[in-house]
Amino acid sequence: MTSVSLKDVAKSYGRVEVLRNIDLDVEQGELVVFVGPSGCGKSTLLRMIAGLETITGGELRIDGELMNNVPPAQRGIAMVFQTYALYPHMTVRDNMAFGMKIAKKSKAEITAAVDKAAKILQLEPYLDRLPKALSGGQRQRVAIGRAIVRNPKVFLFDEPLSNLDAALRVATRIEIAQLKDSMPDSTMIYVTHDQVEAMTLASRIVVLSGGNIEQVGPPLELYENPRNVFVAQFIGSPAMNMLDCKVLACGAQTRVSREDGGDIVVPIASQAADEGKPVKLGVRPEDLTITDSDDYLLELNVDMVEALGETTVLYFDTALDDPGFIAKLPGIHAIRKGTCLRLATPPEKLHLFGTDGISFRHR
Amino acid sequence: MKALKLKRDWIIGWLLLLPAMVFLFAFTHIPAITSLVSSFYSTPRGRRPAKFLGLDNYQRMFDDPVFWKVLGNNLWFALGTIPLSIALAIVMALWVNDKLPGRGFARMAFFTPTVLPLIAVANIWLFFYTPGFGLFDQLLGLFGLPATNWLGSPETALNSVIVVTVWKEAGFFMIFYLAALQAIPKTLIEAAQIEGANRWTIFWRITFPLLMPTTLFVSINAVINCFRLVDHIFILTDGGPDNASALLLFYIFETAFRFWESGYAATLTVALLVMLCLLAIGQFFFFDRKVHYK
Ligand SMILES: Nc1ncnc2c1ncn2[C@@H]1O[C@H](COP(=O)(O)OP(=O)(O)OP(=O)(O)O)[C@@H](O)[C@H]1O
Ligand SMILES: [Mg+2]
Repeated sequence: MTSVSLKDVAKSYGRVEVLRNIDLDVEQGELVVFVGPSGCGKSTLLRMIAGLETITGGELRIDGELMNNVPPAQRGIAMVFQTYALYPHMTVRDNMAFGMKIAKKSKAEITAAVDKAAKILQLEPYLDRLPKALSGGQRQRVAIGRAIVRNPKVFLFDEPLSNLDAALRVATRIEIAQLKDSMPDSTMIYVTHDQVEAMTLASRIVVLSGGNIEQVGPPLELYENPRNVFVAQFIGSPAMNMLDCKVLACGAQTRVSREDGGDIVVPIASQAADEGKPVKLGVRPEDLTITDSDDYLLELNVDMVEALGETTVLYFDTALDDPGFIAKLPGIHAIRKGTCLRLATPPEKLHLFGTDGISFRHR
Repeated sequence: MKALKLKRDWIIGWLLLLPAMVFLFAFTHIPAITSLVSSFYSTPRGRRPAKFLGLDNYQRMFDDPVFWKVLGNNLWFALGTIPLSIALAIVMALWVNDKLPGRGFARMAFFTPTVLPLIAVANIWLFFYTPGFGLFDQLLGLFGLPATNWLGSPETALNSVIVVTVWKEAGFFMIFYLAALQAIPKTLIEAAQIEGANRWTIFWRITFPLLMPTTLFVSINAVINCFRLVDHIFILTDGGPDNASALLLFYIFETAFRFWESGYAATLTVALLVMLCLLAIGQFFFFDRKVHYK
């Protein structure tokens, strides 16, 4: 069943258009993650679903009902804010009970709901404390508890982990994943700019950029089969390498030339019209290997080595404003700066993007 | 070496404190102590020096009907001005904190009474209160009500002063509330909206409790102001008629500089100081449990 449905939704502040043509259906039980660079409109879109921002175009439906002009409280949503937004003068218990108290629920009902949420989130020892006496992670759990107590149709999260330190972020991320597993029927929409959060939590990721949806799909599909250059470079870290090439031969496979001479056959279909056109050849840093054979993709001098233990990251052709070409090799490698290396990749791991930025696989 | 440096730091420290201390002692501590001492002495006249009276001045104070009258006036004045000006300040602050057209103008308009010297606006208020021709009487006249001598009759004089005081103080307190309101994160209000709270509930359950530190600060100031104000009375009523609008400080002024009874005036001053201290301490304890500091 469709839980949240956006049809041609748009948002503008005066003459500034911040979101346009947003079409999205979120099924019940899904955890959909909005990702995108800062300022792309993720929060705005989430807040429009919450009812905290007006919708200036299109239709928003929750469980089939038109919600454009319904006040936030009646949309059946609960929201968790980046800054927790706990009422500082109320105890944890009162914070979680606030919504039910307003709804004039009975004392017994409120206590039961709060105790249940506190149990799920292991907040029982803290129920009588004020938020200021809690750690960041505990505060965020209280905020999540407050959302659970409302028993909403849709949970909305706006960067709930970005105020936490790295270790806590991992722990809380896992808690959210477990929480989702324990509530398979509730729908969640989650905003983040952290890729790892997006990849690990999402059933589907929505990549936004400049007020548009770039691609919607399950995390690994976005990773393996990005629709355009933006998604290809946004998903995955370090970002996908892009090489400027020219199409030499078209067909079921495409032969492309590189500016520096060599040519490569890529197992991706192309059209006759592509011949002679410039294309971008995409290769992920982690798909590269070092080779001695003559069947290689590139031969480059290493500019910098980052040995992280679990991986070794090699930088080639770096410039001040451009990290250049990057390779990420598993494990430890004794490679020194200045060494000339041949890099190879399995051809099926390559990507081709046309001049319009769209992947050849998506045409 | 080290000891020498420590000593030098110490001297410099005291030298830096010295100017402030001189002023503090010269204008605050020494006068307070002299007042306390004088309150046990008679007023020196001509060549006759002050004589130690023990508690006679205090006895006189307790028997002085005017003292009790001005004290009662002051109480009424406090009850009339403090809650009203605080309530108005909050309402105005909430109003100009919202996104509304002409917000800057409204803020300025509310703050104007605070910046204007009272002497300058007293003329306007005197006109408002003029019996028969004044704004109030003209307005009331439209409904066929008789003219009132607002500042001249014992029943209305004090209340008229109260109105002017509220008008003058509310805008000042508004500034504090406005600053406090702007420090409340917007997400708190949004979270409450999502939970189904209407504006009224949000105000009473969230905004108002979070404004408590400001309310404590403002109310202590307001109480102190109540006992400190004299300029209104000089300009508007001169304490009359029959001390109907005289407040404690005004009475002290009269005793000291019109009747030249500095001994008794010192006694009244001590009484005022003790009351102010007790009130401030009392307010702290009363509010302490209710104030939530972030
Ligand atoms: N009240 C406003 N008036 C005009 N423009 C606004 C307003 N609020 C937001 N914007 C613009 O809308 C765009 C989207 O903002 P939004 O907060 O949704 O970004 P975001 O994707 O959540 O970014 P971040 O990752 O930094 O949180 C931004 O370019 C911002 O400048
Ligand atoms: Mg945001």
